Amino acid sequence: MEINFLQIILIFLVALIAGIGSVLDEFQTHRPLVACTLTGLILGDLKTGIIIGGTLEMLALGWMNIGAAMAPDAALASVISTIIVIAGKQDINSGIALAVPLAAAGQVLTIFARTITIFFQHQADKYADTGNFKAIEACHILALFVQGLRVAIPSLIVAMFVGTDAVQNMLAAIPEVVTRGLQVGGGIIVVVGYAMVINMMEAKHLMPFFFLGFTFAALSQLNLVALGIVGVVSALIYLELNPKFNKTAIVQANTAATAQADDELDDELD
Amino acid sequence: MSEKKLTQSDLKSIFIRSNLHQGSWNYERMQALGYCYAMIPAIKRLYKGEDQKQALKRHLEFFNTQPFVTAPILGINAAMEEEKANGADIDDGAINGVKVGLMGPLAGVGDPIFWGTLRPVLAALGATVALGGSILGPLIFFIGFNIVRLAVRWFGIKIGYEKGTNIVKEMAGGALQKITEGASILGLFIMGVLVNRWTTINVPVVVSEITNQAGETVTTTVQNVLDSLLPGLLPLLFTFLCMKLLKKKVNPIWLIFGIFAIGIIGYALGWLA
Repeated sequence: MEINFLQIILIFLVALIAGIGSVLDEFQTHRPLVACTLTGLILGDLKTGIIIGGTLEMLALGWMNIGAAMAPDAALASVISTIIVIAGKQDINSGIALAVPLAAAGQVLTIFARTITIFFQHQADKYADTGNFKAIEACHILALFVQGLRVAIPSLIVAMFVGTDAVQNMLAAIPEVVTRGLQVGGGIIVVVGYAMVINMMEAKHLMPFFFLGFTFAALSQLNLVALGIVGVVSALIYLELNPKFNKTAIVQANTAATAQADDELDDELD
Repeated sequence: MSEKKLTQSDLKSIFIRSNLHQGSWNYERMQALGYCYAMIPAIKRLYKGEDQKQALKRHLEFFNTQPFVTAPILGINAAMEEEKANGADIDDGAINGVKVGLMGPLAGVGDPIFWGTLRPVLAALGATVALGGSILGPLIFFIGFNIVRLAVRWFGIKIGYEKGTNIVKEMAGGALQKITEGASILGLFIMGVLVNRWTTINVPVVVSEITNQAGETVTTTVQNVLDSLLPGLLPLLFTFLCMKLLKKKVNPIWLIFGIFAIGIIGYALGWLA
């Protein structure tokens, strides 16, 4: 499918918003559920966009940047995979399998962007010396746009060339062993994100709940909502029974019990 | 001299600006400029001339935490700046001390609650619905997450400002720890579910082929054997391997490329399908 001029402009804007969302991590416009849906809408196939969003979200669920540690960028993966699937006429799994390595490679651009924003930080220091509020604000906003362009420019390039015969032929020429192999890898790659989330929680004493969830999912037909309820109930029971959160109650109960025992002893002695 | 006081609209302005907290994230001072950007309405209201410049510099110091939990710190700092502007003896060290002292513990609360639980749970729910092609999937995720996030940001700033440094004592109490622990339980439980349900590894290597009494050929693959032990065993092992490697500071991107390579080689050899 050829992408028309207006669509290319709109993809640039959506990719810009996704890139901005990616560094901010506030509105979540960089998450596949949002970015793929918007890209699909522009390319005239909202429904496919949503389905790609759901599929890629499963894969990218745990991808996050905490402190200076970097995960691949969900924003770039979202926009590129949607373009490859809808305009490049690939099936969803191969589209995602092709986009994820590209997005992982694109993370070099994130490192680049986060390094050149040091420049804006230093400029802001200078403007603080002169009390120039407007300029400090401009430094912050310009740095934000650098992050937006980091996603918008590669997306623009993909959008411009995906419809061309050269790229279409190239996509068609990828041997089956690579596309199928990437798909096989895609089924396993989800665990990288989960591992990141589990490590981040750093709660060894709560790991039994991980195994509880795993086993419930393995050996029951419960759907996600039902499993979620089991998880919430487990958490509530744990908090209710954990002495750590009920210290005062236990102390009271103990004193009450001792007091009673003393009384009984006194009675007997009498 | 009349008392200097922040208005409701100053707090609103801080709230709106705080949505761009990580905009200029950089390797040197991380969220420093974003923090200063959000404090500007307070600095403008409270100080004049040289004091303004000092205040700007004060808030350009290193800062990094989970972005949403910055809200109460902004609120407390705004209250402290207000007192300082009215002549209270609060030095730069005290204001920075609150920032540095709170960003670590609050990240310890914010990371598991927002990144470990709220986002994965809503995303899992949204993705499940989205796989059917329904716009409700993205909407559940987007609206659900942002309602909670904006509420945390607004009330964080407001309560932080109203209670000032007193809030630090309250936060040290059990309530926050309880919420964090409870959220972590749900998050880890869901991770367990997803490791099992949302991964696909199939090892089609044939272990045995027997012809049963009905004359049908029954093939047993390695995967059949593994599934009869416990479905999802291989993804579980892969998860632990990844956790170990990530702890050794292996870049997640290399893990992803590595697994792609395993996928391609495994598929080519017929070990994985």
